[in-house]
Amino acid sequence: MKLLNKHAVFEKNSILLLVGILIMVSIGGLVEIVPLFYLENTIEKVEGVRPYTPLELAGRNIYIREGCYTCHSQMIRSTRDEVERYGHYSLAAESMYDHPFLWGSKRNGPDLARVGNKYSDDWHREHLKAPSSVVPETIMPGYPFLAETKLAYENIGLDIKTNQMIGVPYTDEQVENAVEDLKAQLDENSDGYDAFMERYPSAQVRDFDGNPREITELDALIAYLQMLGTLVDFSIYDESENNR
Amino acid sequence: MSDLKKEIDDVSGVDTTGHEWDGIKELNTPMPRWWVYTFIVTCIWAFIYQFLYPSWPLITDYYEGYFAETNRDRLNDELDNVAQQRSVTLDKIRSMDLETIRNDNALNTFALAGGKAAFGDNCAPCHGTGAAGFTGYPNLNDDDWLWGGTLEDIYTTISFGIRSTHEETRVNDMPAFLRDELLTKSEIEDVVTYVQSLSDSTITATESGRILFADNCALCHGEDGKGLREFGAPNLTDAITLYVTDRDSMIDIVSNSRKGVMPTWSGRLDEATIKSLALYIHSLGGGE
Repeated sequence: MKLLNKHAVFEKNSILLLVGILIMVSIGGLVEIVPLFYLENTIEKVEGVRPYTPLELAGRNIYIREGCYTCHSQMIRSTRDEVERYGHYSLAAESMYDHPFLWGSKRNGPDLARVGNKYSDDWHREHLKAPSSVVPETIMPGYPFLAETKLAYENIGLDIKTNQMIGVPYTDEQVENAVEDLKAQLDENSDGYDAFMERYPSAQVRDFDGNPREITELDALIAYLQMLGTLVDFSIYDESENNR
Repeated sequence: MSDLKKEIDDVSGVDTTGHEWDGIKELNTPMPRWWVYTFIVTCIWAFIYQFLYPSWPLITDYYEGYFAETNRDRLNDELDNVAQQRSVTLDKIRSMDLETIRNDNALNTFALAGGKAAFGDNCAPCHGTGAAGFTGYPNLNDDDWLWGGTLEDIYTTISFGIRSTHEETRVNDMPAFLRDELLTKSEIEDVVTYVQSLSDSTITATESGRILFADNCALCHGEDGKGLREFGAPNLTDAITLYVTDRDSMIDIVSNSRKGVMPTWSGRLDEATIKSLALYIHSLGGGE
């Protein structure tokens, strides 16, 4: 029992105890967290997931600013009740370009991971302005100012550049043309439309807030909401390859 | 400390740790046996567990464990299991045509229950919990249908949506008569007066309004203004309307058009659920 009695050394020396604790906790962290960064199979192999368009990214920023994530999660867990209500469970691949991720942990409102294309733009406009006008039983507050506030998109290129720096595969071309791309997503007759679609295939293009005269925060937020969870085509997704 | 002599406490008969503070000594009471045994068992359990379930990270992969279980697989098993249990009924719903299901009492009851649940999750945000709709979102309880109220029509609308992203979507395109410069402001006022006169006998329409309607609107809304379902064009002569119908709103609708969207549900919901929804909506009162 000689070795076991050595604990007296730790008990009598607080710095030594602190160092000992740090070593123990680090081992736990190294074993549990680090492998998730280097194991390639952490993120499923899927087709279709692309970085956010400038407009979607601006909408995501508003989603964060307004604290939507405090009441809405974006994470369909792999349990039967969630899958039956919201659709296919969320994949790690679907949020691999999220910085920060918005999985959330609280659901005062429903999960939004697959809300894209579930409701019409009209409905989102109405609902964001005055939620109880379409869902009388809701407790969500209204965000009527979004439709009236012009979107500050001048610096969206820097936003995209920052994402590029931390590993999101944006091309330099996408960084340079961010502002044009943002405008092009709102109007399919614009000059930049073809170039935009080439840079962001499968992006939805239309005037999201029903007001073609202005680019508002509502445009950006609805563009973001309408693409959530729509990138992966689950009819061709190989589940057996990716289950873990 | 092992180098200290054991000192037995007189009162409890237990030895002390040898620590002393102002004459107070700490008893070295051993852990309860049951606790020690439980602890040992959990250690053994953990040792075995690591070989049975996913545990250790490796260089390129991770150790899957003997059972190679993941909660995604478990979920799929559970869903398969449920599908299996319901397969007899669901297969019938999938393969039989809607009219036959409606006439089969047991099947219909099953479909209506499923339809009601799916309606609450997916349709209620726009059409309301009781399916009475809102401005811009049709009431599904009445017998006034834009695109038809037979089981087959309802099924098609749910599956492919209206102006949705699906390629087989139902779609029509009412022009924005003022914005697209097809009519002038005063012509639009004449047409609106004519449309109002269709359902309100106190309003007298002008001859020009009648002609403008016949030239511009009758193709979709019908000569008599009663609407044509193949174009999803509403009946303009009845009291049931999708949007607000004061004169100003009507002028705005003719000027700028309205293009409501119903999303496509094929792909998002499975075939049996869509059919159940069609039966449920058909049963609400207005089904044809």
